[in-house]
Amino acid sequence: MSAVITASGLSKRYKSALALDNVSFQIAPGRIVGLIGPNGAGKTTALKAILGLTDFTGELNVLGFDPRKQRDKLMGEVCFIADVAVLPRWIRVHQAVDFVANVHPRFDRAKCEAFLARTKLTPNQRVRQMSKGMIVQLHLALVMAIDARLLILDEPTLGLDILYRKQFYHSLLEDYFDENKTIIVTTHQVEEVEHILTDLMFIRDGRIVLDADMDAVGERFTELMVNADQADAARALKPLDERQVFGKSIFLFDGVERAQLEALGELRRPSVSDLFVATMKETYA
Amino acid sequence: MNMKTFYWLIKREFWENRGSFLWTPVITGGVFLLLSIMGIITAEVLGARHGIQIGAGGDLQHVIAQMDAGDTSKVSLTLDIAMYSAMGLLSVVLGIVVFFYCLGALYDDRRDRSILFWKSLPVSDASTVLSKVVSATLLAPVIAVVAGIAVGMLQLLIVATTLSFHGVNMWQLLILAHPFHVMFNLLGYIPLYFLWALPSVGWLLLCSAWARNKPILWAVALPVATGLLVSWFGLMGLFDLPTTWFWRNIVQRGLFSVFPGTGSVFGHQGHIAVIGHPGMDFMDLGNTYQLLASTNLWVGVVVGLGLLAGAIWFRRWRDDS
Repeated sequence: MSAVITASGLSKRYKSALALDNVSFQIAPGRIVGLIGPNGAGKTTALKAILGLTDFTGELNVLGFDPRKQRDKLMGEVCFIADVAVLPRWIRVHQAVDFVANVHPRFDRAKCEAFLARTKLTPNQRVRQMSKGMIVQLHLALVMAIDARLLILDEPTLGLDILYRKQFYHSLLEDYFDENKTIIVTTHQVEEVEHILTDLMFIRDGRIVLDADMDAVGERFTELMVNADQADAARALKPLDERQVFGKSIFLFDGVERAQLEALGELRRPSVSDLFVATMKETYA
Repeated sequence: MNMKTFYWLIKREFWENRGSFLWTPVITGGVFLLLSIMGIITAEVLGARHGIQIGAGGDLQHVIAQMDAGDTSKVSLTLDIAMYSAMGLLSVVLGIVVFFYCLGALYDDRRDRSILFWKSLPVSDASTVLSKVVSATLLAPVIAVVAGIAVGMLQLLIVATTLSFHGVNMWQLLILAHPFHVMFNLLGYIPLYFLWALPSVGWLLLCSAWARNKPILWAVALPVATGLLVSWFGLMGLFDLPTTWFWRNIVQRGLFSVFPGTGSVFGHQGHIAVIGHPGMDFMDLGNTYQLLASTNLWVGVVVGLGLLAGAIWFRRWRDDS
C-alpha cells in the first residue's frame, strides 16, 4: 500500500520566523507516529499543512489529495483532535452526535453511542458544563466512530489528569487502531505515548532531525551506565549526552557498536524522553 | 452542494443562536402585547374615572352599522396598522439581531478555537459561509415574521375584545381587518429583504471572517473613517457627487441594510407610484417589489456577492487558530 502522507520540500514562513524549513518525509499506513519537538519547533504548523488549514510551499500529498485544494474531500478521510478545548461550548451531546452523523458519511452512530454509554455524559449536557476530561471523552467518541484512514492528534491530552490520559490512549489502541489506520500524535507527555508509537519523528527549528521506526531507534541509540573509573573511556567514544546518577555516569550513544560499549558497563535502551532531551538540549540556549 | 449537509448547517446555526433568533422576537412580542394591554387598561380606568363612556349603550355599534364605505376603510386601516405595528418593532429588533449575528458568525468560533472542530468535518468553507447567509437573511426573518404575525393577531384580538366590551360586535369588526393580506405582505417581503440586505450581510461577514479581534470595530470604524476622510477632503467632488452620496450609498447602505424596510425607505431613486389607497397599501407586494427596478438594489446584490466571496476566501485561509 502506498504512503498515507508524502511531503517533499515543505516550507512555511510566518512573518517573523521560518516554521517549516524544507521538510520531507513519508508516512506509511498502519503506523502510529509520534511527532515530537520543543515549543515552537513547527509541529503544529506541519499538522496544519497536512490538514489544509494553512498555506505552504512545496509538495504534499495526503491520501491522494492536495490539502490546499481538496480540503473538504480530504476531511472525509481524516479526523483530528486539535486539543481538548475546541468543541463549541454551546453544543449539547446529542446535538454534536446528530450533526456529525448527518454531515459525515463515514460516521457510525451506534458505535459513537456505545462509546458514550461508557462515560457519564448525558445527551442534554452542554460542553460548557463539562470538565476537560469529559470534553475529550465526547470528542474521542465522535472521532472513533468515524472510519477514517488518518487520525491526527495535536496535544490531545493537555491538561487532563492521569486517569483520563491513560484511558484516552487505551481506547485508541483497543477500540480504534488497526492496520488500515494511521495515527500521528504530537505531545509533550512523551512517556505516555512511547510504548504505543511505531515511528518517531523529532522536529526542531522547522527541520526533521530524527525520522525512524522504533526498532531502528533501539538499534541506533544505546544508553550506557558506567562507574566513575570507566567514565573517561566512555567519553572518548563521543557520547551525545552525559548525566550523573548516584555516582555513576550515564552516557547516550548514537550508532556506536554494542559490543564496544558492553565492555565498559551496563547497557540499556534509552527512553524517548532521554533521547529527546539529549537531541534538543541546546534548543533554548 | 449537498442539501442534507446544508440543512444540518442551518440547524446548527439555529441551535447556536436559538436565543437571538427565536427567544428575542418571542419576548419582544410578549412585551409589546403586555404594554398594549397595560395601555388599554390605563385608558379604560382613566375613561371610567372621568366619566367618559366609549360607545355606551351600544352607540358605537350603532355608529359602525351606520358607517359608509369611507369610514369602514378607516376602521380597516386602524386594525391593519394594529397588526403591522407589532412587526414594526420586531423589524428593528430583527435588524439588531442580524447585525450582531453576522459580526459574530465567522469570528466567535475562531476566538474560542472551535473552528478547528468545524473544520475537521467534511464541509466546504463556502457551504459554511452560505449557511450563515441563509440563516441571517431567511431563517431569522421567517421566525421574526411568524412571531410578528402571531403578535399582530393577538393584538388584533385584544383590540377587538376591548371594543366588544363597549358593545361592538367583535366579529363584525374582525371582518373589516385583513389579517391574511397582512401576513401575505409580511412573508412576501422576506425575499426582497434578502436581496436588499446582501451587501450589509456580505460586509459584516467579511469583517467577521477577516478581523483578528473586535470585528465590530473594524466593520463600523472602517467605513466611518473613510467617510470622514472623504468629507474632509471633499473627495466626492472628483466624481461630481456630493459628500452625502458617500455616507448614504456606502456607509449607511453597507451597515444598515440589514434593518428591514430600509430598502423601501431609501432604495428608490424617485418616488414610487403607490398603487391603491393611501394608508398601508404601500406594504402591498405590488408596491414594495417596485424596489426591484432600482439599480441601487442590484448594485448592492453584486457588491454583496463579491464581499461574500471574500468572506469565503478568508474563512478558508485565515490561519490564526
